[in-house]
Amino acid sequence: MSYYDILLKYRDLPFEKIFRELSPQEVERSIHSEGSDPERFLALLSPAAEEFLEPMAQKAHALTLMHFGRTIQLYTPMYLSNFCENECAYCGFNARNRMPRRTLTLGEVEKEAAFIASTGIEHLLILTGDARKKSPPSYIKECLEVLKKHFSSISAEIYALSGDEYADLARSGIDGLTLYQETYSEADYDRVHRAGPKKDFRFRLDAPERAAKSGMRNVNIGALLGLGDWRKEVFLMGLHALYLQDRYGEVEIGASLPRLRPHAGDFKEIREVSDKNIVQIIVALRLFLPRLGIALSTRESASLREDLLPLGITRMSAGSTTRVGGHTIPSPEGENVPQFEISDPRDVEEMKAMLVSKGYQPVLKDWMQL
Amino acid sequence: MTMEDPLVLGGRSIKSRLLIGTGKFSGYPLMQKALEAAQPDIVTVALRRVDAGSKADNILEYIPKSCILMANTSGARNADEAVRIARLAKAAGQGSWIKIEVVQDNKYLLPDNLETLRAVEILAKEGFVVLPYMSPDLSMAKRMADAGAAAVMPLGSPIGSNRGVKTREIVEILVREIKVPVIVDAGLGSPSDACECMEMGCAAVLVNTAIAIARDPVAMAQAFSDAVRAGRAAYLAGLAASGSEASASSPLTGFLRNETR
Repeated sequence: MSYYDILLKYRDLPFEKIFRELSPQEVERSIHSEGSDPERFLALLSPAAEEFLEPMAQKAHALTLMHFGRTIQLYTPMYLSNFCENECAYCGFNARNRMPRRTLTLGEVEKEAAFIASTGIEHLLILTGDARKKSPPSYIKECLEVLKKHFSSISAEIYALSGDEYADLARSGIDGLTLYQETYSEADYDRVHRAGPKKDFRFRLDAPERAAKSGMRNVNIGALLGLGDWRKEVFLMGLHALYLQDRYGEVEIGASLPRLRPHAGDFKEIREVSDKNIVQIIVALRLFLPRLGIALSTRESASLREDLLPLGITRMSAGSTTRVGGHTIPSPEGENVPQFEISDPRDVEEMKAMLVSKGYQPVLKDWMQL
Repeated sequence: MTMEDPLVLGGRSIKSRLLIGTGKFSGYPLMQKALEAAQPDIVTVALRRVDAGSKADNILEYIPKSCILMANTSGARNADEAVRIARLAKAAGQGSWIKIEVVQDNKYLLPDNLETLRAVEILAKEGFVVLPYMSPDLSMAKRMADAGAAAVMPLGSPIGSNRGVKTREIVEILVREIKVPVIVDAGLGSPSDACECMEMGCAAVLVNTAIAIARDPVAMAQAFSDAVRAGRAAYLAGLAASGSEASASSPLTGFLRNETR
């Protein structure tokens, strides 16, 4: 059994027809009912539900308060390497983009870690491009030894690994995995991932499940919003989260909502996902999966992040940079290209102050090495 | 009420039968005010959230010194992790009171009784004052008490749900049958829910979400405190049976007193 079996069952549904025909009555029934019935989720994601965003938001807010309280966990990303063998049409690290590449030395990792830790952050997300030779699992483990001295919990957003490799990293101190499927359409996936090891759709699709089996505590999935029809993508991502939640109850399942951002490259087929759409995505996910962690990254603007906050968000990044060594290593203009442009450059202190002003407790530590 | 009615737990005499959890508040200063209003004797804190390296963000700095600190093992997925968290808490100077929470179900956050029992067995032997959070179940509660639990803490309804004492039937059985105090933990949404537990004869209640996410957590903490006191007083006063049948004008057993028989 794999989520692929469920994907095969649902991905060829006549989505356009279903979404077109869902009635306001079905939407209302879905708002007031509970449970993870896929038909209910379709109704919440439908165009008809756009007329019910306010009552959906009210319920989503109440559910989020009940399950997570007035708290938001903060984390900071640290890019370890931007070498990449993939040609993902939408990404600034695309192997074909001519740009300076680097992998942090352990000394540089220490410097970045000390800086991020000095902001009070205890939850770190480490990221690499997809280049096994340049940032192999053994390198990640060496970095972990440096990082564990500074942080109480470390998650990774790196190329897909085997189950044994995930288990090895979990034993070495990685608590969580973030891995986006990018798109649940196998055809679109093949088209936008033009070359490289990432082309293997199934290997990536099953990676979150391999991580869930490995002993990690958190698994975070996502679809890149703007690549395909967002209603369909979010539906299939929600079912993926449900699949993992049902089978790996000991793992906290989360989802991210990365909206495609401008980047270095020539990809021009980004499909619009409006702010209103983002609102519907968050509240539909919250109503469908009340315990799901939902992360909002600095791809979104400061003001929008604040508006979306009460709808169901549980985690936010702060003090972000998408440059390798971006926290401590100065970079002359144009020499160290970010993976994508961030829209919310606020540091940890500013994010904490914003959360407090909104009546939320910023949570900097929410786990520890046992 | 004038009579002394202390609850004895872990060798300590506890005055307030309202235990308070510290998660989900919008900030520590507000939580501190709520604690000051309710004046609990026992406060539970998730070790996972304790940031001892930070003065401003260290939750322990906001808990009145008069309170017994009961660390909890939130985040533990099995007995082994719960035991490690308890030992870490003790080593960090947080005392030997431990609320065991073992959850393998992130969908509903319902506890795993079997792993919880295992943790109780280990930690009670190590001298901890162990209070296990559990799904209400008679044989499990007995085993936990036999293993040395200082109290058992059955849930009223799923954590955070604010639905009240949906498990009432089983909790009543536990109150009658279990030799250690029964403390309802989780799911109590309003002061009347807490009062109901106390009227049933529960030794205490533990409340977090309903206070933390109330519009005014300080006033709500006070309201819960009052309700717990009222419920306990009613229990001690001996509640009249709530029979709805009026005395029949023709008693069914009147013939037994019929002198002509």
